[in-house]
Amino acid sequence: MPGKLKVKIVAGRHLPVMDRASDLTDAFVEVKFGNTTFKTDVFPKSLNPQWNSEWFKFEVDDEDLQDEPLQVTVLDHDTYSANDAIGKVYIDIDPLLCSEAASVISGWFPIYDTIHGIRGEINVLVKVELFNDLNRFRQSSCGVKFFCTTSIPRCYRAAMVHGFVEELVVNEDPEYQWIDRIRSPRASNEARQRLISLMSGELQRKIGLKVLEMGGNAVVGYLQCFDLEGESGLVVRAIGTACTLDKLSSGSAPNSNTHMHPNTAPASNACNSPSKDGKEPVFGEDLTSSSGPPTPFRALPTTSSSPPPFSPSKPCSRQSSSSDTDLSLTPKTGMGSGGSVGKEAGPLKTLLRQQTQTALEQREFPFFTLTSFPPGFLLHVGGVVSARSVKLLDRIHNPDEPETRDAWWEEIRQEIKSHAKALGCHGVVGYSESTSICEEVCILSASGTAAILNPRYMREGCLDIGISDHRFEEPSPPSCGFCHIPYDELNMPFPAQLTYCYHCRRQKVPDVLFTTINLPQEAAVTGKGCLIQARLCRLKKKAQGEVNATAISNLLPFMEYELHTQLMNKLKLRSMNALFGLHIQISVGENMLLGLASATGVYLTALPAPGGIQIAGKTTGDLSNEHHILTIQKRINDTIAKNKELYQINPAKLFALDPEVFCGINMELTEEVVGSPIPEPRQRSRLFRSHSESSDELSELDLSHGKKDAFVLEIDDTDAVEDIHSLLTDAPTPTGFYSCNTEIMPGIYSWTSGVQMFTSVRVFRLSNASLTNQGLNKIFTDLCENLLKSFYFKLRSMIPCCLCQLNFTVAVPEEELIQVAVTAVAMTFDKDQAQEKPADKPTTKGGSETEEQLQFPMELCADASSANTQPSSKISGVPENTNVSSRAASVDYGSFADRCSTWLELLRLKAHTIRRGSVKTISSLEHCSPLPEGRSRSLRSNRSFRGSPVTVVKMTPLSFLPGTRIIKYLGIINMFFIRETTSLREEGGVSGFLHTFIAEVFAMVRAHVAALGGNAVVSYSMKECMLMENPNKNQAQCLINVSGDAVICVRETDQEPNPSMANIGQTCASGTDGAT
Amino acid sequence: MRDICSGSTQSDREHSSTVPEAVEQAEWQQSNAECLVLETGWDNTQNKMAVELDVFVGNTTIMDEEVYQLWLDGYTVNDAVKVRMEGGVMEECEASADVLLSDTMDQYRTFQMCERLLHSPSKLANQLLFQIPPNRQAMLIERYYAFDDAFVREVLGKKLSKGTKKDLDDIGAKTGVTLKSCRRQFDNFKRVFKVVEELKGPLVENIRHHFLLSDKLGRDYAAIVFFANHRFETGKRKLQYLTFQDFAFCAGQLISNWTVGAVDNMVEDMDVDLDKEFLQELKELKVLITDKDLLDQHKSLVCTALRGKTKAFNEMEANFKNLSRGLVNIAAKLTNTKDVRDFFIDLVEKFIEPCRSDRWTAADMRLYLTHYNNSAHILDTFKHQAVWDRYMVVIKSCIFKMYHD
Repeated sequence: MPGKLKVKIVAGRHLPVMDRASDLTDAFVEVKFGNTTFKTDVFPKSLNPQWNSEWFKFEVDDEDLQDEPLQVTVLDHDTYSANDAIGKVYIDIDPLLCSEAASVISGWFPIYDTIHGIRGEINVLVKVELFNDLNRFRQSSCGVKFFCTTSIPRCYRAAMVHGFVEELVVNEDPEYQWIDRIRSPRASNEARQRLISLMSGELQRKIGLKVLEMGGNAVVGYLQCFDLEGESGLVVRAIGTACTLDKLSSGSAPNSNTHMHPNTAPASNACNSPSKDGKEPVFGEDLTSSSGPPTPFRALPTTSSSPPPFSPSKPCSRQSSSSDTDLSLTPKTGMGSGGSVGKEAGPLKTLLRQQTQTALEQREFPFFTLTSFPPGFLLHVGGVVSARSVKLLDRIHNPDEPETRDAWWEEIRQEIKSHAKALGCHGVVGYSESTSICEEVCILSASGTAAILNPRYMREGCLDIGISDHRFEEPSPPSCGFCHIPYDELNMPFPAQLTYCYHCRRQKVPDVLFTTINLPQEAAVTGKGCLIQARLCRLKKKAQGEVNATAISNLLPFMEYELHTQLMNKLKLRSMNALFGLHIQISVGENMLLGLASATGVYLTALPAPGGIQIAGKTTGDLSNEHHILTIQKRINDTIAKNKELYQINPAKLFALDPEVFCGINMELTEEVVGSPIPEPRQRSRLFRSHSESSDELSELDLSHGKKDAFVLEIDDTDAVEDIHSLLTDAPTPTGFYSCNTEIMPGIYSWTSGVQMFTSVRVFRLSNASLTNQGLNKIFTDLCENLLKSFYFKLRSMIPCCLCQLNFTVAVPEEELIQVAVTAVAMTFDKDQAQEKPADKPTTKGGSETEEQLQFPMELCADASSANTQPSSKISGVPENTNVSSRAASVDYGSFADRCSTWLELLRLKAHTIRRGSVKTISSLEHCSPLPEGRSRSLRSNRSFRGSPVTVVKMTPLSFLPGTRIIKYLGIINMFFIRETTSLREEGGVSGFLHTFIAEVFAMVRAHVAALGGNAVVSYSMKECMLMENPNKNQAQCLINVSGDAVICVRETDQEPNPSMANIGQTCASGTDGAT
Repeated sequence: MRDICSGSTQSDREHSSTVPEAVEQAEWQQSNAECLVLETGWDNTQNKMAVELDVFVGNTTIMDEEVYQLWLDGYTVNDAVKVRMEGGVMEECEASADVLLSDTMDQYRTFQMCERLLHSPSKLANQLLFQIPPNRQAMLIERYYAFDDAFVREVLGKKLSKGTKKDLDDIGAKTGVTLKSCRRQFDNFKRVFKVVEELKGPLVENIRHHFLLSDKLGRDYAAIVFFANHRFETGKRKLQYLTFQDFAFCAGQLISNWTVGAVDNMVEDMDVDLDKEFLQELKELKVLITDKDLLDQHKSLVCTALRGKTKAFNEMEANFKNLSRGLVNIAAKLTNTKDVRDFFIDLVEKFIEPCRSDRWTAADMRLYLTHYNNSAHILDTFKHQAVWDRYMVVIKSCIFKMYHD
């Protein structure tokens, strides 16, 4: 009996009126865990009942503790008929099972009903007493910490990164059981909610077991999704990165960083090796072995799988790369044997490479769900690898068993792995998986970034070995090291233009780099970044079964190809050369496919400047046509010039420039002076080209570009014209706004504390008029653009601000419907500071120094900036605020709350964490102030109501909150809700319905976090928002799944004075310059 | 997949089992109707598509004060969009009409969802659905309970009943306030009235604490409640020149001097009702006009004090007895509810109008009433000094306030 769960029901408030005669309610509560149920007494005739129950004790296995949610049901007692349910609260007690997380759950929870939404609140107290379990064969994995955050959590240090963990559980969907025909929608929804909650618990437990097996103690970048497959079942699957994390005490943070010292040395080794080595056996091996075996879709007759012929392994692919190289990358079924270590270790390999290889090859899948890394972890980045496959759900032999799905994902992962190999990489970072289901067709997708990683993190006791790895080569600067190609120059997996790194001049870099990760902190960037989206609609015929699957399979490669082309063109148009956070979503509907690729464009200093875009007409001689082309060309050139100015991209320019681009100049200057002599004449010409780029002289452009076909757009039909127009229609962001889909906007370094997280959903109904692909594309593009415009307008009171982690999700919920859901956060920054990047560059620093400072660069940076700007912002900020608020929506809650939170707040928080249980109980008793007579008619009662302010809980999709320091992670929040209505019109239509529901979901997340003792949610995301409506019947149903990490954070300024104040300025500098 | 509509019969039943909510929702529904119509018609022609759904929810609820005011003023979404366009908000952020419409609808929806909470403002502070910073909560409440002086002037002193509510469209047409806004304001009056009616203690404090209003607004509401409770006549033509603020001031005077709470705020009775004992005692003042000696003595005392100090002395002297009778008669009659209702009209007819026709200045009025009040103390046979003062302090300040054009 390894655990005792104790629950106390304190009080309720704002209950709905359940008895019309008295306008009151006779409420009681049922507390259920597993199969045990307790009840409180009935508290008669009150809307604010005070149960103050005894402690209900459940003695349970820790396995159950992990799987089961605590279920609290509030009911109205009825003497004559059945008791009416008011609503339920599901409480995930997992956070209590980990000693480092929360110790008690206590607070007001919204009472939720799937039909009526939130109906009052209930105050609950939950504690767990865990006994030590010495059973070696235990099934539980209590104590393994889970984080949604896709980087090493802020108050931890990664002692070791073990690698990929995945799990998948399947169950029958309650909505498809026979019983659903006779039970009420409420019962059905609740069964579903409960099942998913159970399955999530089970999944987490199983993943925890795997982590323990690997010797880890935490899962970082935990990504859980569910697939509603319909008839064939309900799948909950999760992936994550197993790690061993050491907790950092706040004071010792800088010290412990010294462990990180030896990072750069290996980095240099690895980066040197590939380019100097001769032919790489890896690639050759891959080629031969993969050409042999048949493609999987032939091997598995029941499914139809399509490895897209062009794109899966195209990190910086362009048109011309649709060669057989890619085709040869189709997945092999028996990868494990193919990629044997011994054969690959050629004589030319460096020691390091071997080590890394072995460390990683031991794993089935060297994948990492992380997107940000400790400095030095990432050595080289190859490019994006992705794989998709189309499956038929009605062909699963054993729908209730996970085997088939496991095999599907296995297949996809193998493909990804082989793609990474082809790029000369042995690891995949920023890895994620997703599905899109329409009827019986399911598209499975996986993508990541092929990379070479520092093996130091993979091995036991590795932390000291680094020094021995020192080589005679000098370390390559961390600001450009990751850009250097990992693959062999002479045997490139795809045609690419290689040049010597513009930063260190020693290694080769590609001309463009696409990745799915955040911009590494240490990367050198010129100017600012921006959101780049490629959008695409493709019609398809309605079909069934295999025919349908084949049709989709055939469309996929074309879509990926076009999305890539769009991305590439838009990147050029913004004069940038790298994409970070690339996420390509392809969503399937009955009669169309939607593709949306989002990424953040950046100008990496290390990479060559991109060329312009040249328009070429096929039909020569036609004068008007020629003229037309010329005008388009001019527009494009103008746009490029304008964008350069907008994003402050001014590499290698003259001195006579405004101070805004100081950083750019500075960087280039050091390069010109300090950097090694330019090796080849060709490089020289390239440099020149970058100078004259924005001019209108095409001939010169042409010369310098050589045969770079990617930049030439041919206008030969109306399609092409449309394409170009769509290219140019992307409206620039209004002044004062920036946007990106990565954690942080490259080029902005001085975040202030204003934070506004939001979720927006739009559904468009296409008219039944027959639409062309072009028309659809336009509609889809407009939809996304208009959404962005709406955001800018709504958030205008936060200017200057940046929309970060813009996460678009598209779906085709029904024929002729397009749904776009966006979750993002708007963060304010200090404009003056943002312009000027601190002068000292990472190039000038020693490796060790950099690392020491980089461990928590974001925090320190935010701290420094806020410390610097505080006086000014407080003085100037306030009047400005009032000024704005008179005419625009003010969303300055964050900063307001911040100003309010003084030492007192901090003290309260601290007291709270120490002996939260008792403190909270008392306060809650006070606050809910018993009003036995029901109708509050006295002044006193009224006052007591005012006395309990609701804890402010901030939410952000990022892994941190600017201006604050996370002092404790309280556990993962993973919630699934269903809401249904049979009075859609009365609730304000679909919009009103969903608006309420999203607000309710936010409220429930906040309440759970507050009950855990937290005041913020980081890495928040909405995984699923599935809306079904039937306006004719006045009904709608919606499912939402959200997740995040509950944390306690304190204002940076509230912390003990930093021991190394002198260091901060510098740290800030280094942190800022690589701010991902 | 379970058809989400399959369980309609069951859920209908479920719904009807919680009718009280449904009742509450009915009003809601009404206000939402226009929103919905708009939604489906949006953008239909332009882009070959329709926005089926469009929501934006912030963790911190975003509320634009300008839009809130438009909503409170009862503008429809379309009208509000027009007003905003004219206001130039579009240039501010390179927005289009679509963006503005979408934003306005979102905000209207938010306000509609908040409205339920605003009905009992103390709930707003500890509800969990919307995260609204305290200063904005205060703004929301204050604005929601704010009213148009023109409108309140029309309903002041009327019974806050269904009957009056039916006349709101007329009042709306007359005052230029939209019907929706009229309804909100009227319901606010009624809600505050219902809550405070049965509460003990000081009226203004009660209102402020229950509805979390500012001092100013609390006092105004106290006036409205007080007027509605006593059904003071304010609609007569002769009273038209008085503003709401005039009446609110007078109400404040009455509340702080003539109610039970004025003398002892620990007693059982409430602040809303006039002190019955005091009203009885007022009858004693009649002696001032029935006893001829006292009347003459009073007159000579006042006249002596006034002589040479004002141009209107002659008129004052000539009118003294009439004016004094008027004031004392008002006092003596106040035990009658009917006469309480006519308090203001009586003041105007019996005192203010005669003075005005004699062209007294405001300073004359002040001078006269001060001496009129003080002289009574010197009358040795007049024993009711306390009652007299309690009566006159209100009369004086009311008349000072009401004596204007």
